[in-house]
Amino acid sequence: MQEGRVLPPEQINKDLLNSIMGTPKWYWPAVGICSFIVLIAAIVVGYMINKGLGITGLNRPVMWGFFITNFVFWIGISHAGVMLSAILRLAKAEWRRPASRAAEVLTIFSLMTAMTMPIIHTGRPWRSLYWFFPYDFARGIFPNVRSPLVWDPSAILTYLTSSILFVFIALIPDFAILRDNTTGLKKRIYTALAMGWQGNARQWKLQIVAGILLSALILPVFVSVHSIVSWDFGMAVSVKAWHSTVFAPYFVVGAVHSGVSAVIFALILLRQAYGWQDYIRREHVEALCRLLIVVSTGWFYYFCMEIIFGIYGREADEVAIRTLQFLIYPWNWIMVFFIITTYFLPIFLWSRKVWRRNLVIVSIACISVNIGMWLERYILFVPGQINKQLFTFTWANYTPSIFEGIIVLGTFALVTLLLLLFSKVMPLVPLYDIKEGDILKTEVQIGRRTVPATFRED
Amino acid sequence: MAIKTILGLFQDANQAADAGDAVKETGVSENDIDFLTDCPYPEGAFGEREEHIKLFLFPFIGGLLGFFGGIMVTSMTQMAYPLITGGKPILSLPPMAVVMYEGTMLGAILFTVLGVLFESRLPHKMTEAYDERISQGFIGVLVRSEEGKEQEINDVLSKAGAVDTKIA
Repeated sequence: MQEGRVLPPEQINKDLLNSIMGTPKWYWPAVGICSFIVLIAAIVVGYMINKGLGITGLNRPVMWGFFITNFVFWIGISHAGVMLSAILRLAKAEWRRPASRAAEVLTIFSLMTAMTMPIIHTGRPWRSLYWFFPYDFARGIFPNVRSPLVWDPSAILTYLTSSILFVFIALIPDFAILRDNTTGLKKRIYTALAMGWQGNARQWKLQIVAGILLSALILPVFVSVHSIVSWDFGMAVSVKAWHSTVFAPYFVVGAVHSGVSAVIFALILLRQAYGWQDYIRREHVEALCRLLIVVSTGWFYYFCMEIIFGIYGREADEVAIRTLQFLIYPWNWIMVFFIITTYFLPIFLWSRKVWRRNLVIVSIACISVNIGMWLERYILFVPGQINKQLFTFTWANYTPSIFEGIIVLGTFALVTLLLLLFSKVMPLVPLYDIKEGDILKTEVQIGRRTVPATFRED
Repeated sequence: MAIKTILGLFQDANQAADAGDAVKETGVSENDIDFLTDCPYPEGAFGEREEHIKLFLFPFIGGLLGFFGGIMVTSMTQMAYPLITGGKPILSLPPMAVVMYEGTMLGAILFTVLGVLFESRLPHKMTEAYDERISQGFIGVLVRSEEGKEQEINDVLSKAGAVDTKIA
């Protein structure tokens, strides 16, 4: 796992700070396109607030559609950061180094984007304040903590705060490098952000211990967030088809599956856009793909369990929902498409080493996973609501409107825009982590072969 | 007596470690020598003092505060207007546990970050000698000494192979 060459520190600074020190030709057009899409989506949100939720496809009995699907999708993407950074840090996996920062930052931006979805979904965003503040101060009526919808903000805000702090602590040494390599106003800003970091032994020891400690602390939060999001559905009294004990682990594994796929795709884009071939190497992509084979198979196991236990009990509600999902058009086609794109196609594309090292093939697989995982949430939430009422005359289908589509598209543009803006002011690959990896690299003689090895402290 | 800081810049880790030993031989305490680098080196690589940190205390304190904060938020808000919904008790432990758990973790993480800053002595006003080449891979040997001894230490650092020295 050490195909890369050892580079001098000044070369690492030059290469990895090129996104901050220089501006590639594609940068501002990309920012412009993303900003335009975000602006259009914001106008649509404004129009929706003005006209009401009637312009969407939401209607009784389906009141959770594209927005909530998209909310869960982005929460899922946010799980990549902790998965890659925390678990691999605790496991002392060397190949996490170039991927960790991008994954953590993707976590933050996808969480922020996810949080906009339920707020937009309310139709009257200002009323979202009631999730945090009392309905009535005078009488002391506060949000009901017995509702999973109140657990959500507490979990997501904890995860967002933790992720921001996790990234911030790891950024301090890189701020110091930026402080030493910039001039003028930029230097003053980075000097303030570096807070007087010198890089002495004590500071480095704390940086390493903090990385491990924060990883260990953030992992339970990571598990809790998507579990709690799944309980929005699993504990909903009104939709019987959602009552499933497997939802929490199923959601968590699915989130890791889609999140890590998104990170791989983001890393491939960064590698190509900024010329970071020496840092984000094919061996890293291959290692992540091998990890995803395990994760996706774990996800597929939970998917099968959910279906099998649903049907095996032969409860009327479960049978009705499975009939809808597997036998009734268009849900049956969506189901087939989602299973192929989420599991069978990517697993096939990751099955051979040469394919795992081919960046185009891996990109196709990662995009496929995320299309499939988006549809997974959609097919999980919407059919359950269609026939949630007792009488057939209260059943109704859901057809998303163009406005919902634009807002969903806007969220993808928003995350891309935030990542682009971040890359202009802060390094997306941790410089000190890469340098540490180079210091710890060595070669050992085994018989007649010289093989790469890594020294690791305990 | 005023304290002076002397910085020697080295390109090689071995030379920096030897310079540290040479400075100690002049009578400077190991507590007054720091090795400044742009990335973490294995502990003890420069023969530096062992750093004792108490970071592990911080998450415990933060976690406890967060836990009690969670209890207060969940219990006091429900007691303020005790409205029975769904036949459930006003203070129902399972849902309260979710918010208490998140409060505990948030407190632990917040205090860990505060602990890292506190134990790293950050924010820190950079009044000591420093060189921007440290971020280019040079190793800085920073020595604190009483005024009057700085030239002797400067000579020791130069003799040990420092490419540049600074006194502040």
